[in-house]
Amino acid sequence: MSYRQVLRILFKGFGLLAFFILLFSYTNPLPALGRISIYNHIVPGRLRLPYADDPQRAYSLSLFSLDAMFASHQLAAGPKRADEFRVLLIGDSATWGFLLRPEESLSAQMNALGAALPDGRRLRVYNLGYPVMSLSKDLLVLSYAMRYQPDWIVWPVTLESFPYDKQLFPPLVQHNPAPMRDLIQRFGLKLDPRDPGFVQPTLFDQSLIGQRRPLADLIRFQLYGILWAATGIDQDIPASNPQRMEDLPNDPAFHDLRPPLEYKDLAFDVLEAGMALAGDTPVLIVNEPMFVSQGAHSDIRYNFYYPRWAYDDYRRLLAEQSARQGWLYLDFWDAIPSDQFTNTAIHMTPAGTRMFARLLVQALIDASAHDK
Amino acid sequence: MSLFQILIFSMLTLLAGWLRPRWRAYFVLTGSLLAVYWIQPATPVRHLDFWFPTASIFITILVWATTCQNNPPNVRLALKQAIPIIAIVVLVGLTRYLGTVCCLTATRPPEITQVIAASLLVTIILAIILARFNRSYTALLVLVLLIAVFICLKTESLAKLASAALRRLQGQDMLLASPLDLRWLGFSYLAFRLLHVLRDFQLGKVQGASLGEFTSYALFFPALTAGPIDRSQRFISDLRSETRMSPEILLDGGQRILLGIFKKFVLADSLAIMALSPQNAVQTAPGIWAWVLLYAYSLRIYFDFAGYTDIALGMGRWLGIKLPENFTAPYFKTNLTAFWNSWHITLAQWFRSYFFNPLTRALRTGRISLPVWLIILVGQIGTMLLIGLWHGVTWNFAAWGLWHALGLFVHNRWSDWTRPRMSSLEGYPTMRHLANLGGWFLTFNYVTLGWVWFALPDIGLSLAMFQKLFSF
Repeated sequence: MSYRQVLRILFKGFGLLAFFILLFSYTNPLPALGRISIYNHIVPGRLRLPYADDPQRAYSLSLFSLDAMFASHQLAAGPKRADEFRVLLIGDSATWGFLLRPEESLSAQMNALGAALPDGRRLRVYNLGYPVMSLSKDLLVLSYAMRYQPDWIVWPVTLESFPYDKQLFPPLVQHNPAPMRDLIQRFGLKLDPRDPGFVQPTLFDQSLIGQRRPLADLIRFQLYGILWAATGIDQDIPASNPQRMEDLPNDPAFHDLRPPLEYKDLAFDVLEAGMALAGDTPVLIVNEPMFVSQGAHSDIRYNFYYPRWAYDDYRRLLAEQSARQGWLYLDFWDAIPSDQFTNTAIHMTPAGTRMFARLLVQALIDASAHDK
Repeated sequence: MSLFQILIFSMLTLLAGWLRPRWRAYFVLTGSLLAVYWIQPATPVRHLDFWFPTASIFITILVWATTCQNNPPNVRLALKQAIPIIAIVVLVGLTRYLGTVCCLTATRPPEITQVIAASLLVTIILAIILARFNRSYTALLVLVLLIAVFICLKTESLAKLASAALRRLQGQDMLLASPLDLRWLGFSYLAFRLLHVLRDFQLGKVQGASLGEFTSYALFFPALTAGPIDRSQRFISDLRSETRMSPEILLDGGQRILLGIFKKFVLADSLAIMALSPQNAVQTAPGIWAWVLLYAYSLRIYFDFAGYTDIALGMGRWLGIKLPENFTAPYFKTNLTAFWNSWHITLAQWFRSYFFNPLTRALRTGRISLPVWLIILVGQIGTMLLIGLWHGVTWNFAAWGLWHALGLFVHNRWSDWTRPRMSSLEGYPTMRHLANLGGWFLTFNYVTLGWVWFALPDIGLSLAMFQKLFSF
């Protein structure tokens, strides 16, 4: 062997590497790779979309690839069964089930009730909540979810998801600029498609080297699937958590809004876009339960999130808008006892979630009967 | 070693590979002395990340002084060799005053006066050992000292006590003392290299290496963190050889390093995500997935260890040093004895040379006549128990050692029984093939089940894991 041969080997090696780097930049295979998943094939699909603060303890990851997120969900397990009445549940961390095990989350508790429609179809609820409060994020998730043939959509909302300054801040939205911009343009949303928060990948970012982190995350996420299958854990739930705030600050502020709240202050256009996106699929909008404090300054605020004036205005506006648009709307704001809330004003205990699940299932059965 | 450190070492090693052998030897020595500081991670006890590497160097000097060939000793020559090495220690200590520019040690080194005082003390001890002490006694003393330090570091309660004492010395909170404070990187391997030299010295094998050569051997940076445990005579003959860089060496070393990086940073680190751990052992459900976690651990530990070894071998190759192989496809072996001849080979050979062989020899030639099977059983239990405890003095590592000792003993008896019977299979290659396949299946799974003891911190958890593995 000579040095010339060694050089030739090195040259070929680097050439091959350069070819792959260029090919990757040119084809951008990440979305396609995201759809390749061991979930629903080798390991069971996840019961909720992947989200994790501590991946090593949660056996999950916060991804930005909606393709990979949906491919890991049990919703992607196969075609809808003939006897299935498919309900998609979108929303925030309360829907997702923060501090709840997967089997304790809202969708799981609704399924556990084993409800069926008069026509014999069994209610099958899928958890598509994601732990950020933003209607735009819900809309983005819904835009992907519509391909899974829902019979009903249940959309629990709360005031904190409505302000315009909350719409484009979730990282999931910022890392999906193309579909989000498409939604903004398609529905004429009052959001800036050139918002600086949108992640604009450079040519280098699109290369194999620039995409090494998302690529590694995709692989790690598949490997966490084994631990998900082995343990059934998808969230690190500490043994003890700080309780929601009972004594509240003497502060009537809500974002930078002033009383009274008006339609233009809240992203009703995003909610409207969601209804339009659903098309013929019925949507049940639910004002989700929240913790109502009895502590200091509870005359000013209901809880840590909401001053009374803002929340009362919001409930009125949402009810009026629903009536005007003919939306099916239910207000469960105080339906769950205060002691059933955990670390924040919207996260519920398993028992509280069960109560909410019963209310929703009953509402769905009633609504679907009415819908017929 | 991090990937960054490996890449830096690889580049420097590649460049050094082209040097003349004499200059290459200087590079190996200086590189090893500096690497010992660079690789050492930060410790919660103040300045320990400077003192641990310094202690590694000083112990090496001490062992060399005890075992070197020149008898009667030439103190002046010895000091002449020791001073450049001690000067490097002082220079590293001086980086304290470089402020934020400094990046060799994990945290700022201690006051230079302390470093100089320690260096002077070692120089004086060195001179005294060489000039006055009986070398045999000194060798015994150093041997006992090394074993004592090793046991202290590997025993949780003792390490905690030592940490508390060191914290007190540094004026730190003793209540925060933890065995993890004493992460002395590479000490397990260094200690076993030095013990080998000391035992050889006691057996009359005097080593004729210079201090520089001996330090290069003991602290050879590619093999510092994960072995292999080379023999000093073999290493030093390679170091002295006139081997020059050639296309074959370049390619061979490069391939080995790349393969090692792939094994460690792609395969092992990926498998680590889903490998059995104390955390997921509690959480996993019984059945097939518990096995998947265990198999992932089994493969992970192999790729991790073998990957580092490949990197060390590749770098060594570029520097003209052919380190011994440490893993030769152990998971493809068809019996446990063959597995132990191909898993962490240099450690197993070390124990065979310095424990198993002397012990079985003593039992064979002792006054009480013992049956062969008992001699083998005692030898194997003793050896494997010590190999287990080398990883840490815990019940679980002891259980892991016993697991293998019993496996080896059963295999020994089984192969004695089947040897005459297996010869009848000579004419039946399919049967022989099936027997090999069965042997491989049993060996791999026996070894893999043994990792339950190794991976988990206590006996109760290990037994619970076994229960999960066999509950369907």
